Amino acid sequence: MTTLREAPPVTKGPSRHARPGPSGPGYARLRRVLAYAGLAAVTALTLVPFGWMLSAALKRDTEVLAIPIQWIPDELRWSNFTEIWDRIPLAAYLGNSLFLSVTITILQVLTGSFAAYGFAKVRFPGRDALFLGYIATIAVPWQAYMVPQYIMMQRAELTDTYWSIILLQAFGAFGVFMMRQYYLSIPDELCEAARIDGLNDYGIYRRIVLPLSKPALASLALLTFVNTWNDYMGPFIYLTSNELWTVQLGLRSFVGQYEAEYAMIMTGAVLSVLPIMVIFLFGQRYFIQGIATSGLKG
Amino acid sequence: MASVTTRPAPIAPGAPRRRRPWRNILIGTSFILPNFLGFALFTLVPVVAAFALAFMDWDSYGTPEWVGLENFQRLWDDESFHVALRNTFYYAGGHIPLTLVASLGLALALNQKLRGVNFFRTAAFFPYITSLVAVAVVWNMLFNPTAGPVNLLLEAVGVDDPPRWVSSTGWAMPAVIITSVWRDMGYYMVLYLAGLQTIPKEYYEAAKVDGANAWQRFWGITLPSLRPTTFFVLVMLTIQSFKVLDLIVVMTGGGPGRSTLVLAQLVYREGIVEGQFGYSSAIALVLFLIVFGVTVTQFRLNERRNAS
Repeated sequence: MTTLREAPPVTKGPSRHARPGPSGPGYARLRRVLAYAGLAAVTALTLVPFGWMLSAALKRDTEVLAIPIQWIPDELRWSNFTEIWDRIPLAAYLGNSLFLSVTITILQVLTGSFAAYGFAKVRFPGRDALFLGYIATIAVPWQAYMVPQYIMMQRAELTDTYWSIILLQAFGAFGVFMMRQYYLSIPDELCEAARIDGLNDYGIYRRIVLPLSKPALASLALLTFVNTWNDYMGPFIYLTSNELWTVQLGLRSFVGQYEAEYAMIMTGAVLSVLPIMVIFLFGQRYFIQGIATSGLKG
Repeated sequence: MASVTTRPAPIAPGAPRRRRPWRNILIGTSFILPNFLGFALFTLVPVVAAFALAFMDWDSYGTPEWVGLENFQRLWDDESFHVALRNTFYYAGGHIPLTLVASLGLALALNQKLRGVNFFRTAAFFPYITSLVAVAVVWNMLFNPTAGPVNLLLEAVGVDDPPRWVSSTGWAMPAVIITSVWRDMGYYMVLYLAGLQTIPKEYYEAAKVDGANAWQRFWGITLPSLRPTTFFVLVMLTIQSFKVLDLIVVMTGGGPGRSTLVLAQLVYREGIVEGQFGYSSAIALVLFLIVFGVTVTQFRLNERRNAS
């Protein structure tokens, strides 16, 4: 388990100076400069597309693909960011995305952590067979069973409603799996002690396990939220009415309709990424933990 | 996130057995049921149905009819299927090794004790949580054949006739691969950074005492110690690559022509657009078998290497 913040260094300061070979303060400084130059180059590679996006969002359409590239436009057109709300129903799209993301995240975290307690802390016949069912489906790519899902939703006449997206995404096996892994690390003795104190299983879940698993809950919630917010294929397959569209669908359709309005497209892209950026910067730790635990632990 | 299963955890010991089992069944079921109902109905049933449908003839109007291997015979003669199969392997063949190398390189570069390294790590990870629509929109413009920054850069370094990227059949797939490598490398970097933390630094100190240079230390210590991580990354990358869909749909739509048509997209087209439920499920089954086969092979090879 690691986080971007807590990573211990491979080499410690003192040993760097103590090792044989070229040394001295001058060499150390040179090394550090080189290291930073390398990091800056790598980061430029990952961040330049974002910089370009932001710069294009502040230009006129004709300036976006002008030669030579102007990284900082002469005139910053902040008006793009006010005009776009009139060009496309962006507020409605953002609201729809928020509604879907919040609903699915709540359902996933609640039912997922609840089921995970059953799988990790209650012993009953058939439990492990059931869990195997969960595991087996994680290994099957979603692309392989999207058609039967679609048939079901079509027959139930739930296509073009939020029900289809919510029902298909709120009960994923991933959340159960991730929370169960975390609950296994909570000692059973703790639950037994609570039982002796008179708590039943629901009490233990609520008073002991849930408070102890806040970091894992946060990881699951953030990952689910971001995945739902960014999801394209789900809304693309199921939502045909414009008033139900998420911000991803709205942006994609805008690109298709007004191909040459480069600046406005980039403005929309910036606005669609902004909420995720804020969430990520605040919840970074939990993101990384979620990825590292679900990936490497267990 | 499909491959969290690669290492199932040992079965939990659970509470000691002193209460009557029927009570535990009741309690356990009550915990599991809310999620399980949704999961069984919307994931388990479709998964099973997908396998069955592959052997049936069914379009949106008729009734399903068992036809055995007929769908697969039709696949064999379907040129689009062959194109999609080839393109899927093309994509995987580019995306897997390039992402692996890029993420390992990033992790090595960012595994240093430097002030502000966290900022660089955050920056490297950020593309991964950016929506595919935004990513595709930006990169499509970066790849603009005449005035895009990518080609301006290529011209500046002396490439006279830079590729036309997403507007050409030959260069559309490389453009998609570059975009996906850029997007995914931060994710696998996190896994590699976690792997790097587990290497005891005494190894490096001992190697330095023995006079090993940085290159030798990388090949002799870092790479062998990272083998479990590399294996895991490889398995996840493989699964992710073969099922690629949304990036293609958003960035090229499978075109120009069929130059970036992949298997998952063919499933979507035949199944959801055309309503050929049986036929599309046969394509889906092939997709699943490829992912499954490659993953099992990787596990076998890994076991053999561990044994020797």
